[in-house]
Amino acid sequence: MEQAAFYIFAALAVVASLLVIGLRSPMHSVILLIVSFGALSGLYLLLDAPFTAVTQIIIYAGAIMVLFLFVVMLLNAHTEDDMGGPRISGPAMGVGALLSVLLAAEMLWALQRLGVTGFGPDPGGSASISSVARIGGALFTTHAFAFEVTSILILVAMVGAVVIARREH
Amino acid sequence: MISLNHYLVLSGILFSIGTAGVFVRKNLITILLSIEIMLNAVNLTFVAVGRYLGTVDGQIITFFVMTVAAAEAAVGLALVIALFRHRETLIPDAFTLLKW
Amino acid sequence: MSAIFNQTVLAHFILIFVVFQCLVLSAAFMVWMERKVCAYIQDRVGPNRVGIEGSLQPFADVIKLLFKEELRPKAADALLFTLAPVLSAVAAFAAFSVVPFGNETTLFGLLDQPLRLEVTDVNVAVLVIFAITSMGVYGIVLAGWSSNSKYSLLGGLRSAAQMISYELAYGLSLAAVILLAGSLSLREIVTNQSGYWWHVIPRWYIFLQPLGFLIYMTAGVAETNRAPFDFPEAEQELVAGYHTEYSSMSFAMFFLAEYVNMVTVSAVATSLFLGGWYGPFLPEWLGWVWFLIKVLLILFFYVWMRWTLPRYRYDQLMEFGWKFLLPAAILNLIATAALVIWLG
Repeated sequence: MEQAAFYIFAALAVVASLLVIGLRSPMHSVILLIVSFGALSGLYLLLDAPFTAVTQIIIYAGAIMVLFLFVVMLLNAHTEDDMGGPRISGPAMGVGALLSVLLAAEMLWALQRLGVTGFGPDPGGSASISSVARIGGALFTTHAFAFEVTSILILVAMVGAVVIARREH
Repeated sequence: MISLNHYLVLSGILFSIGTAGVFVRKNLITILLSIEIMLNAVNLTFVAVGRYLGTVDGQIITFFVMTVAAAEAAVGLALVIALFRHRETLIPDAFTLLKW
Repeated sequence: MSAIFNQTVLAHFILIFVVFQCLVLSAAFMVWMERKVCAYIQDRVGPNRVGIEGSLQPFADVIKLLFKEELRPKAADALLFTLAPVLSAVAAFAAFSVVPFGNETTLFGLLDQPLRLEVTDVNVAVLVIFAITSMGVYGIVLAGWSSNSKYSLLGGLRSAAQMISYELAYGLSLAAVILLAGSLSLREIVTNQSGYWWHVIPRWYIFLQPLGFLIYMTAGVAETNRAPFDFPEAEQELVAGYHTEYSSMSFAMFFLAEYVNMVTVSAVATSLFLGGWYGPFLPEWLGWVWFLIKVLLILFFYVWMRWTLPRYRYDQLMEFGWKFLLPAAILNLIATAALVIWLG
């Protein structure tokens, strides 16, 4: 049962990602990326990480993708064909695709030398506190500094995005 | 049995799909989407290895990666909007004025 | 295969079916209640032809809508155009799946194991509701964009911007309740509210979090695009909104989604602030009656607000959400955290 769920989610994620980079219209790419994020959220559930699964939907599918959607709609982003302008030649794109395939092959070769490694028992299952409590405990004690720095980062990004996208008057 | 290997292989495939998207596509927004695919593949690796090692650190790093991805998407899209205002196009090759 | 006919699994399937049907019927009931309450507020009678006091009016409306022609603009994106109302409706129904509406029951000993009255309960239930509500934005945005009409696009964008702005205050008011309860599971939050203080005042969180309740209800009204925050819909009267190109059942699905969203927001407010299914005078196994009464009360407030208050202008709406409601929610959270630490 768990195997079937893994393969379904994995196939969905891979197919959706392939269509994201393959389709012409950016709007369709954004929708398919949302589907891919949903599939990844399902994989996180299989990995006993319910908090990460739900935050993936809230942050990625619910906020970042809405931002992408807004930009695509406001810019009326056309497909690449009817944009005109200078284009690099076909062979250069072919080299790029070849490099990605080589990257995938290299990673798969390295992983098959790793040997099959099964998962241990669920670490959060027998614990008395829920996974969210454990994440919160670790986040605010061991990783407190990173947490604070990240919040400053978000503040800077927010201000920066507003300033950059502002219309000059 | 689904082992750690399965998750790492899936993550590697997703990462190379994202890389292919960055190399091949000629639309700024699609390039940003491919970068998001790559970040997600990395998230999956973190959570899978965290589960394998039995710690919660994988999920915590994922939390930070998601936050940084949100910040990067916001600033990246603001740049795209500003660039579009100047050139009316989203092809990255149109912004090559500084090339020799 | 025999696992399907296991008694608990069967009971669960029947429960899911019953919940789904009740949600659809509640949307129909809301149509009737809205028109009746609106009528009495405006000093008239309202629908009274079809059925007793017009109670079959929603069904007459549905039959009328079913017979209308399903139009689609030629230049509209076919897949997204048909997908958008489906997305809205699915998000609205799915959000109700983690709301508990009663205690465990064995149906008078008919079942071997007690059945909990909820579709499911995950230990991150509050976050699940928040996640599914944020997915509901996509139905509106895609409807606005795929209609390929300038007015639809702008109406959809405005509505989506409003929804994501008020999601922040919504989430922060939820966070304050989670601080009090110490758990993200809705069932645990409700069971924390059982019992009484000094045998008189029930231990509901509304008495501990009055500001939080107000913020939650305001954000909930804005989330569901209801008055006085329904400017994107009122544009229909002046200019068209995001569902202008939709007709017949797609249009009906948008309104089904809106009413079910209202029911979900009311149900979550009941679970978080009003003590869920706990109430005096009734035995424990009839708790769902109290749940129903509380949800109906909040829905009545929704309808009352719509026909009493004038609507906000769009910039007033956004200013209110960002400059007043969000700081208030943050202050509420900080104050709650301080009090929880101080009082132990």
